[in-house]
Amino acid sequence: MAQSAPVDSRPSHLKGLDYSVLQQCMHCGLCLPTCPTYDATKTERHSPRGRISLMRAIADDRLEVTRVFADEMYFCLGCLACMTACPAGVNYAELFEHARAEVEETRLLSSPRRNLIRLIAIRWLFMDLQRLELVGRLIRLYQELGLQGLLRRSGLLRLLPKRLQELEALTPKIQPRFTADLVGQVTPALGPRKYRVAFLSGCAQDLIFSDINRDTVEVLARNGCEVFTPHDQHCCGSLHAHNGEWELAKILARKQIDQFPPEEFDAIISNAGGCGSHLKHYEKILKDDLKYRDRARLWDRKLKDIHEWIAAIGLHPPHTGHPMTVTYHESCHLAHGQKIVQQPRDLLRMIPNLRLVELAESSWCCGSAGIYNLVQPEMADQLLHRKLGHIRSTGACTVASANPGCLLQLINGARKEGLALRVVHPVTMLAEAYRQEGCPG
Amino acid sequence: MPLTQEITNRLKQIVGSGNVLTNREDLIPYSFDGTAALQCMPDCIVFARSTEEVAAVLRLANTASLPVVTRGSGTGLSGGSVPCPDGLVLCLTKMGRILEVDKANLTLLAEAGATTQAISDAALQAGLFYPPDPGSMKISTIGGNVAENSGGLRGLKYGVTRNYVMGLEVVLADGETVWTGNKCVKDVAGYTLRDLFIGSEGTLGVITKVLLKLIPVPPARQTLLAVFSQMDQAAQTVSDIIAAQIIPCTLEFLDRTTIKCVEDFAKVGLPLDCEALLLMETDGHPAAVQEEASRMAEIARENGSTDVRIARDQAEATRLSTARRSAFSALARLSPTTILEDATVPRSELATMIRFVQATALKYQLRIGTFGHMGDGNLHPTFLTDERNKDEMHRVEQAFEAIFAEALRLGGTITGEHGIGLSKKSFLPKAVGDAQMRVMRELRHALDPKGILNPGKMFD
Repeated sequence: MAQSAPVDSRPSHLKGLDYSVLQQCMHCGLCLPTCPTYDATKTERHSPRGRISLMRAIADDRLEVTRVFADEMYFCLGCLACMTACPAGVNYAELFEHARAEVEETRLLSSPRRNLIRLIAIRWLFMDLQRLELVGRLIRLYQELGLQGLLRRSGLLRLLPKRLQELEALTPKIQPRFTADLVGQVTPALGPRKYRVAFLSGCAQDLIFSDINRDTVEVLARNGCEVFTPHDQHCCGSLHAHNGEWELAKILARKQIDQFPPEEFDAIISNAGGCGSHLKHYEKILKDDLKYRDRARLWDRKLKDIHEWIAAIGLHPPHTGHPMTVTYHESCHLAHGQKIVQQPRDLLRMIPNLRLVELAESSWCCGSAGIYNLVQPEMADQLLHRKLGHIRSTGACTVASANPGCLLQLINGARKEGLALRVVHPVTMLAEAYRQEGCPG
Repeated sequence: MPLTQEITNRLKQIVGSGNVLTNREDLIPYSFDGTAALQCMPDCIVFARSTEEVAAVLRLANTASLPVVTRGSGTGLSGGSVPCPDGLVLCLTKMGRILEVDKANLTLLAEAGATTQAISDAALQAGLFYPPDPGSMKISTIGGNVAENSGGLRGLKYGVTRNYVMGLEVVLADGETVWTGNKCVKDVAGYTLRDLFIGSEGTLGVITKVLLKLIPVPPARQTLLAVFSQMDQAAQTVSDIIAAQIIPCTLEFLDRTTIKCVEDFAKVGLPLDCEALLLMETDGHPAAVQEEASRMAEIARENGSTDVRIARDQAEATRLSTARRSAFSALARLSPTTILEDATVPRSELATMIRFVQATALKYQLRIGTFGHMGDGNLHPTFLTDERNKDEMHRVEQAFEAIFAEALRLGGTITGEHGIGLSKKSFLPKAVGDAQMRVMRELRHALDPKGILNPGKMFD
């Protein structure tokens, strides 16, 4: 590439990029109608092609990495709807992660509060899931002892700053038992073993939705898979890569490959859209690591979203199910990141007596977007409200979705807007149908 | 005259400070439109929310002799909304309301910033049809469509934007607002000024409202895909269909390179082992549709089509036309820079033109993908290049010059639907001749004596 050398010696993610990735965007504008932040603001800076033009300006030395640029990179939801819309095949996910990494290196957004939060969350909690589990147990204790209810009723919470009050209201209900208590290290296949798979129980998912993990393992076993679910798993590193911490993401990717040697399994299963989207790109993350690169490539090939895998091996259809009307909200990173659109719908349609109603704008972000709802509450609330409106007009009392962030966002939203709504993972619906018919004889 | 702090402050007074952008990070994303390799930094972006605000901005700009480039969603393909040096960009995307659907008169009134898709949806909701469907219709604005007189896939039977504009509200350079046209089917009172603003590319006034004609939704529709092993056969099929006096709503052509890129993106099951595809669509009365479809399939087979497929249902038909709409952007998969043109020839000359385009690409050693609205004689030869390769870019320019000259020689035009803007400015005098150039200059000067509206575009 005939790109001029960077002017300063500071390592630059954007200048170091293969220039053709930036040039791929021919600014036709077909991304604009699919971008939630452009739709809300009608301002090009908040659009995919606008953001790419800023990244390119930095790579070309026409713009410094500024505070405005930094804020913009965090105003983007990273929902990747633009990637589905882009006929030119621009790899926005890669550009966006590099841009955020660049922002983090310049420390432009650095503030004592932000640094502390990042230190605790990204560098401490999610680097070692035993710490996260400990925090989960403490919150559970707080909730089980009735302290949360007591505090909420007492009005003492109103003494907290408004933002903290809002955050407290978002505290998810911690499950009475985590995945390790619900699922054995090795779950045998029901009937003859056809496949040997590993299951990634996730981090937040493990604390808040361990029941979904149990359901996933049950569904896998019911479909001829022996499931390996070790109890001391690691974070996949998605949170780190999306927040500009590439080095930490690399460490976590290596840990995963060590714990789940890809050679030993027919598939490595994820049931969280956001994690899966990151987990499928370890080769890219470890491309400079000679020791891990080849295994990362194999890992990427073996990594399957649960819906994708079940569809590929041929789902054993349940014979019975309760009559119900369900709608499906697509996790951005499942739909746009992994392009898995049809399989979850097919899975739901296989359940007898279940009527699937299509949701308007089903793949429009709900505002969860990782930790976006915590850091950009205004835009996140707008998106949540829009989503709930569409859910309401389907008339369905159940919404299925396959990502813990979306599930939490929808649960909180339904509570806030007083909407009686069951929020559930598609796999749970399938597991319930299996349970209803009992074990195969 | 460059933008002063005083003018910026007055702009903020007119539209509110949140609607005036001057940050470098805000200006860069407005320094281009959908056209490759054209860029210019504006001084300021102004979002107007009403006709009154547009008028006030123009009065100010005219007094201060400040260049104004009007812009919708910035999807144009001739550089028409690329900013001017030391100028402001007047952006109308916040004026996007659909004001009225009149089912008694079959008209729709919208603000200029409404998207083509929103207009098409609003019409359908009322059981009516707005046919023009430019490739970027999901986001392009109706104001931009009118200013560029945009075409689309259905031009063959239904015509282009011009054929649906019944009235316009336009703010003139000095800030005066005029309404031209009305809901009457017939109206010969004075000059039809409305027609003057259609296709004026933002040089004669700022279009703020558009009154559109709607038509009944055709009750039936059939979509066919014909596969060819030679491009000539596809071209001849089109000529024969027209000669057989069949006017389908769509006759779209894709060459091998384009087919591969479109299939890579859209995954609609296009055949990859052929040289050309024709996407044909007929609509209207069910019996007529049936007859036209089978007649077109027959003509395609007579011309050597190896396979003619019929879309199973409306969903598949929509997938195919949506895929076709992505052709230009999808070609960008192959190279860093994608430059397309829209030379247009009389339909009897299609086969000649297609052969010439291929020979030209070969002569100048350029990679090319060709697609287009073949039924309209409107081709989009697209060169796949790299703007950093100066030598190759020079050859691209030479190739385009040759293609334009050939189009004119065959009785065609240098642009069928994308406009002159910046990118075809130098070819305009040759295409229209001295007398027309003089009249156009005089017209422009009469309406915009200070030359503040999109200066440097179309002609100097």
